[in-house]
Amino acid sequence: MDNAIIQLNGLTKRFPVGSGYFTALSDIDLSFSKGEFAGLVGPSGSGKTTLLNIIGSLDVPSVGEATVLNHSIAGLNQKQAANLRNHHIGFIFQTYNLLPVYTVYENVEFALLLQKMSATERRKAVMQALEWVGLTDKEKSRPSMLSGGECQRVAIARSMVKKPEIVLADEPTANLDSKNSHHILQTMQKLNDELGVTFIFSTHDEKVMQYLKRKISLADGRVVADELAILSQ
Amino acid sequence: MIKFLIKGILRDKSRSLLPVIVVSLGVFLTVFMSGWMKGIFGDMIDMNANYTMGHVKVMTRAYAENEEQIPNDLALLDVDALTRQLSAEYPNVEWVRRIMFGGLLDVPDENGETRAQGPAAGRAVDLLSPDFKEAERLNIPKSLVQGRMPQQQGEVLISDEFARRFNVAIGDDISILGSTMYGSMVVPTFTVCGTLNFGMAMLDRGAIIMDITDAELAFDMQDAAGELLGYFKDGQYNDDEALLMRESFNAVYSDVNDEFSPQMVRLRDEATLKQYLEMADNMSAMMVMIFVIAMSIVLWNTGLLGGLRRYTEYGVRLALGEEKGHIFRTIIYEALMIGSIGSVLGSALGIGISYYLQENGIDFSAMMKNVTMMMPTVYRAKVTPDLFYIGFIPGLLAMTLGNALAGYAIYKRKTAQLFKELEV
Repeated sequence: MDNAIIQLNGLTKRFPVGSGYFTALSDIDLSFSKGEFAGLVGPSGSGKTTLLNIIGSLDVPSVGEATVLNHSIAGLNQKQAANLRNHHIGFIFQTYNLLPVYTVYENVEFALLLQKMSATERRKAVMQALEWVGLTDKEKSRPSMLSGGECQRVAIARSMVKKPEIVLADEPTANLDSKNSHHILQTMQKLNDELGVTFIFSTHDEKVMQYLKRKISLADGRVVADELAILSQ
Repeated sequence: MIKFLIKGILRDKSRSLLPVIVVSLGVFLTVFMSGWMKGIFGDMIDMNANYTMGHVKVMTRAYAENEEQIPNDLALLDVDALTRQLSAEYPNVEWVRRIMFGGLLDVPDENGETRAQGPAAGRAVDLLSPDFKEAERLNIPKSLVQGRMPQQQGEVLISDEFARRFNVAIGDDISILGSTMYGSMVVPTFTVCGTLNFGMAMLDRGAIIMDITDAELAFDMQDAAGELLGYFKDGQYNDDEALLMRESFNAVYSDVNDEFSPQMVRLRDEATLKQYLEMADNMSAMMVMIFVIAMSIVLWNTGLLGGLRRYTEYGVRLALGEEKGHIFRTIIYEALMIGSIGSVLGSALGIGISYYLQENGIDFSAMMKNVTMMMPTVYRAKVTPDLFYIGFIPGLLAMTLGNALAGYAIYKRKTAQLFKELEV
């Protein structure tokens, strides 16, 4: 694919277990274009999270090549990998992982503190991100005062505030009820449509799959299917 | 980022409260114990300097060897000339003569017959000079219980305990059965003009204080003195300078073959005091060391617990693009901030209580009735400039060291391994 922003070639990931190895990913060949809304689906242990971690420069392949935004993940040092995450990749987690002692505003702002933006620029960006997820009225609330759905929307705002090219969402709806799940997915779909951000999910939630434009099925660390979805929404 | 960290510290009590309490407590104990020991040992040093040793002391070699027996027959002679010489050679030192003496104090009745008798330890110092320095040095005006200071020859002060035991009143005559420096027996009579309570058991038992000229006359010691005491004019004992003086003086004046040749000793040469001073130094150093090690271990564990509790936060921060090294540095910054708060609080508390005890002291006289050492009965702390940093620096160091050890795992782990461990 010519406009691929993520290119995985012959990617294999092994983890040492005792005197041997456990192969989490085996010979993966995939590419993702800008603006995709794709999901890695499969049962637990199929390698979804490991693949997300490699794309997110938190881990490196044992064999093969992973290129993200023209950066070879294996060739990045710790500082370069952190820089890539800081400027170009957003993460959304299953359990939201908001910092409990900080307000909604400060949670979203944190990502920008690392970028050394001015306070005025940060304020503008944070309020815009909160507007995207419909939480401008909650900027001074602490996470403990929010519902699960609101927490996940804050997490989305945190991942989007730096306007990344890629957002990696690991089981983002696992802790949410049906109504909130749909609300979250619609929010992400909207951001994908309006801002052209590439979303890659790791999920086995049927509700998420309904929204995916592309579904990549993994089983035992291998890609067993890669198909464009017929959207029901 | 610093503002962000400060907000976290202030809002997350479990991150800051326990470490602040631990550091404050440790710093407080270090500062207070240091001030307390400095006060006690300082008082002991001052007391020894003022009452017996001076900052330096000149005696004959023979007198020095038998000093406990107060051998006035071995006293220094030509003291006026020697004092002039010493004043010329060591202009920053003030020289004073002292005569110590022992004897039997006899209290006569109205017929001149012995009514009561008891052993007495006397001290003759310059009490009649208008500058009053020696009286102040021995804290005599403040120690007066009844009566007044001697104003003329023939007037003496005795310990209040002694006066009560023998029912001696102000204006009564007392005699001392003693001997001259040439060995003849003398029984000089004096009038009691006041009674004293030094607050030191050793001095208050059977003490007589008289003017030096009275002692010279009574014990036939004109131009002689048992001891010539030197005090640095700034009032502060300087051990290095005292050592230099001792070496230079003894090299010129002291002759090992002449037991009547003068010999200089410094305050620290006093055997017991030397041990106490060394003990004070060692105890201070040990206390700071124990504090740093113990607090570091406690704070290391606190840091580890805090780190475990904040594992998710660190994982999220890694995912958001913060470097491991930066996370480690922020842990250190937090430690420095919390350590500073704890150290300031601990130092303030330690200095505050030390100051209170410097002004008021604690009276242990009831427990020290039979103590023969020259030590105060009211124990006071002393606030010195080093109290402002003696706890502060170790407090900061212990907190930083403890957290650095706790955060080291984060710094050393591979990012991928760490991210998995962080359970994000």
